[in-house]
Parts: sequence; C-alpha cells; structure tokens
Amino acid sequence: MTDILNTLALIGNFIIVPGLAYGSQLALGALGITMVYGILRFSNFAHGETMSFGAMATILITWALQAQGVSFGVLPTALLALPFGILITIALCLFTDRLVYRYYRSQRAEPVTYLIVSVGVMFFLGGLIRFIIGPNDQIFSDGTRFIMKVQAFKEMTGLSEGLAIKTSQGVTIITAIVIVTLLFWFLNRTRTGKSMRAYSDNEDLALLSGINPERVVMIAWIITGTLAAVAGTLYGLDKSYKPFIFLQLLLPMFASAIVGGVGNPLGAIAGGFVIAFSELIVTFAYKKVLAYLLPLSMAPEGLMQLLSTDYKFAVSFLILVIVLLVKPTGIFSGKTL
Amino acid sequence: MSRTQKNSLLFLIMLAMVAGVGIVQSWNVALTIFNLCLISAIMSLGVNIQWGYAGLFNAGVMGFAALGGLAAIIISSSPVAATWEAGGMRAILGLLAGLFAIVIGIFTWKKTVTLEKKRYWPTMVVAVVGYALMRLIIDPAISTIEAIEPAKTGYLGGFNQPILLSWLVGGIFAAAAAWVVGKIALGLRSDYLAIATLGISEIIIYFLKNEDWLTRGVKNVTGLPRPVPYEIALQQTAWLQSWTDNFGLSIIEASSILVKLSYAGLFATVLVIILWLSETALRSPWGRMMRAIRDNEVAASAMGKNITWRHLQVFVLGSAVIGMAGAMLTTLDGQFTPSSYQPLRFTFLIWVMVIVGGSGNNFGAVLGGFVIWFFWIEAEPIGLQLMDLITSGMDESSPLRAHLLENAAHMRLMTMGLILLLVLRFAPRGLIPEKKR
Amino acid sequence: MSYLLGESMTGGYGGADILHSCTIGVEKGQIAVVVGPNGAGKSTAMKAIFGMLSLREGRVLMDGEDISTLKPQDRVIKGMGFVPQNSNVFTSMTVEENLEMGAFIRRDDFSDTMAQVFDLFPILKEKRSQTAGELSGGQRQQVAVGRALMTQPKVLMLDEPTAGVSPIVMDELFGRIIEVAQTGIAILMVEQNAKHALNIAHKGYVLVQGSNRYTDTGEALIANPDVRKSFLGG
Repeated sequence: MTDILNTLALIGNFIIVPGLAYGSQLALGALGITMVYGILRFSNFAHGETMSFGAMATILITWALQAQGVSFGVLPTALLALPFGILITIALCLFTDRLVYRYYRSQRAEPVTYLIVSVGVMFFLGGLIRFIIGPNDQIFSDGTRFIMKVQAFKEMTGLSEGLAIKTSQGVTIITAIVIVTLLFWFLNRTRTGKSMRAYSDNEDLALLSGINPERVVMIAWIITGTLAAVAGTLYGLDKSYKPFIFLQLLLPMFASAIVGGVGNPLGAIAGGFVIAFSELIVTFAYKKVLAYLLPLSMAPEGLMQLLSTDYKFAVSFLILVIVLLVKPTGIFSGKTL
Repeated sequence: MSRTQKNSLLFLIMLAMVAGVGIVQSWNVALTIFNLCLISAIMSLGVNIQWGYAGLFNAGVMGFAALGGLAAIIISSSPVAATWEAGGMRAILGLLAGLFAIVIGIFTWKKTVTLEKKRYWPTMVVAVVGYALMRLIIDPAISTIEAIEPAKTGYLGGFNQPILLSWLVGGIFAAAAAWVVGKIALGLRSDYLAIATLGISEIIIYFLKNEDWLTRGVKNVTGLPRPVPYEIALQQTAWLQSWTDNFGLSIIEASSILVKLSYAGLFATVLVIILWLSETALRSPWGRMMRAIRDNEVAASAMGKNITWRHLQVFVLGSAVIGMAGAMLTTLDGQFTPSSYQPLRFTFLIWVMVIVGGSGNNFGAVLGGFVIWFFWIEAEPIGLQLMDLITSGMDESSPLRAHLLENAAHMRLMTMGLILLLVLRFAPRGLIPEKKR
Repeated sequence: MSYLLGESMTGGYGGADILHSCTIGVEKGQIAVVVGPNGAGKSTAMKAIFGMLSLREGRVLMDGEDISTLKPQDRVIKGMGFVPQNSNVFTSMTVEENLEMGAFIRRDDFSDTMAQVFDLFPILKEKRSQTAGELSGGQRQQVAVGRALMTQPKVLMLDEPTAGVSPIVMDELFGRIIEVAQTGIAILMVEQNAKHALNIAHKGYVLVQGSNRYTDTGEALIANPDVRKSFLGG
C-alpha cells in the first residue's frame, strides 16, 4: 500500500504537477495561435516572440516595481506587473497589425504570404527583445518559492517520496483557469464574442450580417496580445526567461493547436495538455516507479526512460506527425472559433 | 538599360562591395565573407527551388544543412578502431533493427486496410516492439562507445574518405529526410509543411547534439580533413616563398589567402553547376509544369497532374541542394559544431536571401545570398559604429550607453526583419524579379 | 413602380458583362421569381441588386430611392435581407446564435422578432441550442431564411433556397416563403425548380444570357407555350 502511495506521489511530483503547469502555458500559447488562425487565417510564426515580448515587458515593470519596494507578499511581484505587460503587448500587436498585416488584408494575400510576413515580424521582434533586455537568462520570480515543499509533504504523509508544488506552478494553473474562463465567457456569451466566432466560421456571411471585419480583427489582436503576455510571463516565472527559448516553443505550441484542431479554442487547450503530458510521460525515468511496484528481485537497473529528456521536443513533433497522418483536422475538427 | 545589363550591374556592385572590404579591412576578411556568400547563395538556391518553383515553405533549412554537416563527419573523419571494436557492429545492428521496424510498420499499415479504424493497433504494436528492440540492442553499444576516451573520441568516427564526397552524401542525407517530411506534410494545408519542417529541423539538431556516439555531440568534431592544402604546407613550398619574396608580401597572409581562394574556386564551381542545372530544369517542360502547378493548382490537377508527387520531387531536390551547402559549410569550417545551428541564422536568414533576391529567379536567389550575407556580417561593425555615434553625446560611464553598445550586435536581427518586411511590402518581387515566360 | 427595382442593369465581375440591360422588380407582399437556364445570370442579377458587384449601367431603386452606390452592409440597414445559395449559416454556432448574428446590426431588443421566426419555423425553436451544422439540409435553409428575417427586412432575397433538398422539403419551404410574403415582405428569389417556383410567384422573370426574355405573372408564364417548351420541360 505504501508502495502504491509512494508511486502516486512520485508521479504527482514529476508528471502531474509539472504537466498541469506546462500544459497551461502551452494551452495559453496555442490559444493565441488559434485566435490568429481563426480570425486572420494564417499561422503566426511571430507568436513565440510576441510571448517573449510580453514576458520582457512584464519583467521590466517588475524590476521597476521592485526598485520602488513594491511587493506582492508571498506571490511574485510579476503578477502585479502583468496587467501592464498585457497592455504593452496589446499595443505592440495592434501597432504591428496597423503597420504590417493590415496592408496584406487589403490585398487579400495568400496565407503563405502572411506566414513569411510573420517571419519578418519574428526577426524584428527577436532583435528588438535582445536589444532591450539582452540575450541572457533573467530570473524575476520573488515571493515564496513553494506552496508545498518536499520535506513538508513527507512529514505530513509519512511517505518516502515527496511532492513539491512551486508557487509559480500554482500561479500558472490558477491564472490559466481565470484567463480561459474569461475567454470562453467572452466568446460564448457576449455579442462581440459571438460575432468573432461568426466571422471565423463564415467570413462572407458575417459581412452580410453587418459584422465589421476591422473591429473583429482588432479584438482578435487584443485577445492574442493578452494571451501571449500571460503565457510568456507564466513560462518565464516557472522556468526562467531566456529570449531564445520562445522560438523553440513554437513547435510544441503549433503542435498543440493542430492536435486539438487549429482554430478551435477548446482544441488548443486540450492539445496543450496532450502535448505537455506526453512530453513528461515519455521522458520520465520509470526506474523508481518500477522499483516500488515490482518485487525487489525484478527492480530494473537502467533509468527506464522511453526517450531521453533532451528529445522532449521530438515528442510534440511525433504527436504532430501522428495527427497529420491520422486526422489532419485534429481532435476537435478545427477551423471554428 | 536591358534586364541583363541591370542584373549584371547588380552583381558587379556586389563584388565591388566585397572588394571594398578587401581594401578597407583586409583581403582575408573579404574572402571569408565571399566564401560564405557562395555557400549562402547555394542554400538560397535550394530554398528558391522549393519556394520559387513550387511555392513550398520550408522552415527547416537549418536541419537539412546540419545533415550535410553530419555527412562531412561520417565520410571524412578517421574511424576510431577502439570504439568500432567495442560496439560499432552492435550500434549498426541497432540502427538496422530500427529501420527494419519502420519497414514492417509501414507494411503492416498498408496490409491492414480492411481493419479500418482498428488498423492503428497492429501498427502501433509493431512500432512499440520495434522501438523497444532497437533500444535493447543499441543502448549498451552507445554507452560502451561513448565511454571510450570521451575527451578525445567517444564516437565511431567516419570512413576516412575524401571530404568532397561528403558534399554529395550530404545532399542525399538531406534528400532522405526531406522525403520523409514531404510524405507526411505535403498534400495538406500549405502551412503544415512549414510547421513540420520547423519541427524536423529542431529534432535533427537535438539528435546531432545528443547522439555523442555518432557526432560527439556538443564536444564537436574538429580537425576534419581538407580538400585544399594547409597554410603551413603552402608556406614551405619553394614557389610561394619566391613569389612572396618577389612581391614583398607576407607569406603567412599570402598562404591564407591562397587557401581561401582555393575554397572559393571549389564553391564557385558547385554554385555554377547547380545554377546551370536549375536554370535548365526551369526552362524544361518539367519546369514549365512546376510553375503551372504553382500558379494554379486546381487547373493543373484538373489536367491530371499529380501535384503532391511533383511537390515531393521539388521538395526533395531543394533540400538536397541545401544539404550539399551544409556539407560545404562544415568543410570550410573544418569542424562540426551542432550548437552553432540556430534557426534565425540557418533557416530564416536564408529566407530573407530568397525573398530579397527575388523568389522564382535563380540569379536573384544567388544575388540575395550575397547581399544578405554581406550585410549580416557587416551590419555588426556598422551597427556598432552607428551606436557609438548615436551615444557619443552621452556620458562615458552612462549605463544606458554601455547597454546600447553591448547589445548593438542584436540590431542586425532587427535590420534583417525590417529588410524582409520592407521588401515584401514595397518590392515583393525582389531585386531580380522572376522572368515572365 | 415596384418597391424594389433593378433597372436595366449591365455589368459583370470585371471581365465581360454578364448582365445586359436586365430589369427585375418586386412589390411588397408579393413573390417574384427569376428563372432561366444555367449561366443565364440569375444569381448575378440577384447579387447586382444586393450590391455585391458594381453595375456599369442601370440602377437599383428601393421605395423610389436610388441605392446603387450603397455597400451590401448598408443595403441590409436599408431593409434588404439576403440568403446566399451556399454556406448560408454559421455551421459551428447554435440555431439561436445564428439568429442573433442575423440581428447583429440591431441595437434594440429583438426577442419579438426571434419569437416570430420561431413561430414561422417551429422546428427551429425545437432545435434552438443545436449547432446549425448538425441540421438537415431543409432545416439549414430555414435557419438561413430565419437569419435573414432577423433584421426585419422589407425585401427578402433568396438565391436558390431549395437547391439540394427533397421535393417534400421543397414544398414545405415554399409554403413558409408564402407565409413570409403574407406578412408584407417583398420576396425576390432565384429558382432552379422553375415550374414549382412560378406556381407560387406573383411575377416571373425568364432570363437568357443576362437579358429579360419573358416577364409576366407566374400563371401567365406557366401558361405560355413557348416558355413551357423552352424552360419548363414541356
């Protein structure tokens, strides 16, 4: 019995808690990608850098707040800075749209043209971010580091395996729930939200119904900017902020969006968790689990890892490939908002 | 001024700029830039074949180039006898087991059509069993190989063949990878190819960084043999000694320039051959058909053209060219450093070259390769000087000034983004636009 | 003069003209039907009246006012409702949301109108919270018509409302359309099923190659032997 509880604690510590946090971050990122895809109808390669920009803005404001002696008690100060980060990111998105994307809309450009344009935006933002904050790691989390410490858990339960929950993980999950609830309330309950779903579903009919496309696009960018800033900040809080990591995050985020069905917000969330948990499950070393569950004589010698941790990005690719081969429209049959 | 004159003028200006670097900075620097311009031009030709001929967006240039680099190691480095004895055969056997599992998996998938939805299961079983088998065979071999003198070898080494051969093999490696990706992602929505290639390139880099038994990973493989003589050897030849004496040149600089010139000769030869082949292909019925497909897929498919198959051809060909360029780059460096592969430098910069040069026009792609590489390199000193000028009014010890100077190097990413956006907006057909045929 | 009138319309999609001095009109509370062979420009004429293509010559009048230069969206505000032939519902949204989107330009309380639409199409009330994509072809057409009615239009234009539905459903749809007309709305529709449609039409237009060939009451057109022979299959 203790063995089973220990196993559960082990899995909780190394798969479930980090999976929920990472899954939330991916889901928020994928939601941004899906939003742009659903309304503006292109794959936004600049989304990773937009997240990075949002995180950077939040970090700079966090530093300013910290310098003023402001703090948020046990919670990270970054949460106080986040609303400002969101506003700055929204401004960036709207500015980019006005300056860059709007022209291609008026030209009714092909999706692949948009894609290349977004590569240009990605380049520019990548440079701008490195120019402002530099290419190195930035740690900006403060407050209490843990909600639950390994030692405390062990003492509480008497188990030999510990379960730790970092503050950043708790904050990530709760923030994600709040943001996603607000988003779904907006899309399903408000007139403007419904008009966005209508525009995504059938652009011509939406125009016939008197829905203003420029307004829909503007709100799509506002939502995208918000999601990007939140996702980038949460990822940075959880793992530390490195400008180059956001280009690598594009792959799992795109994979999440496509696995769930690109254009479908529910799918993006499901996809985010599918990818996050698959990564962790496949790269987890099962040695200890097996040691608990199997008789002593059969305990394995190796790490019993399905795939080395270095290949975690390969997992999202593999899932992406399977989905493309088996059901290219994704789990929730995409292309709706 | 005719088109040809105008285009020749553009190339002449470009060469003059390289020569300008030779005069202002040094000829060594100029030739270094020139050689990389040649390689960039070949890479951008490869991308142009995919994008310009067929409208395929390849976001995995980096991966294909790195596979070329892998070919350079495997072909040219010397075999490490100790590691081969310890586990070479077993590692090869493991790879074969993996390959065998894939073949059986595909076979199972094809032969179980009648099972409909249930056919996922047998295929999955084959995949899982095959993977487990491969790991069982290869894992011990890998740990043995990597344990043998990890600081010096710890990998299998290569076949000790001339490194020039690897240029061809690099093309084949890249083509094989492209075939697999193409099979999966072509025929689906256009941006799935972009995302799939972005993914495969990341994975290739992770593979090269982590499979130390094959590539030494981040420990890098250095000292690859050269296709051209070494500077030291040249310095000892009588003819160069007398030649430099006569002209009063430094023999060290002369030998180094001579080496770079030999590389330039090799690269230029390859570039000319590929350029000639691509131009011939573009003018052939095959090229006409490709452009017809690009311009109107629906009509072309109505005429009975198998579009996915044609796209696969172009995608594989273009990737092969990129792979060759990758092998050439590793040859020039004389070493393979997996961590140097960054998507911005290896994938998206090449894209800027193609777009700026003129998508669909091979000469445009070549010119784009030259122009963008030149500015990519020269943007750093220029940016620094510019920043120095801008901040000259500030206090010497001002932290803002220090910060601006320190990060001025990143200006070039911004510049590239800006160039790409401006060209797309105001001159979407590039420096040398595609010819109307 | 008709309540809605497209007068000697000439134009096309940029290339050669498709319409050649074509005139189509409809009165309040009446049904006008446009029929003709494939490629006669029936749908084009409809789009021209709705402002989806610009006319080279001719004009569109509504209640005596020249609306030729208005954008489709503005014509909706003026009181036109348009039901396109294809993808005329938001498939991923519920029936009720579809109707809400139909009323998007209205800022007032539109619950009465929705109740009226539900009265007219009781099946929609039953399926109000199902997504439109899950409905049958005939039900979707009802959603499409209902969506267009949400703006309380004075004119309703239908582009082949019965395309791809079974004969029984077609009869039912025509029945509904007559009911809509009886509420005082002018109905202009393009139909493939010429004989059926002319049966319920107050006025019929036979178009050939973008011009009017015959114009008469529905009854008269059905009775006309030439029309019968060439366009109604004997």
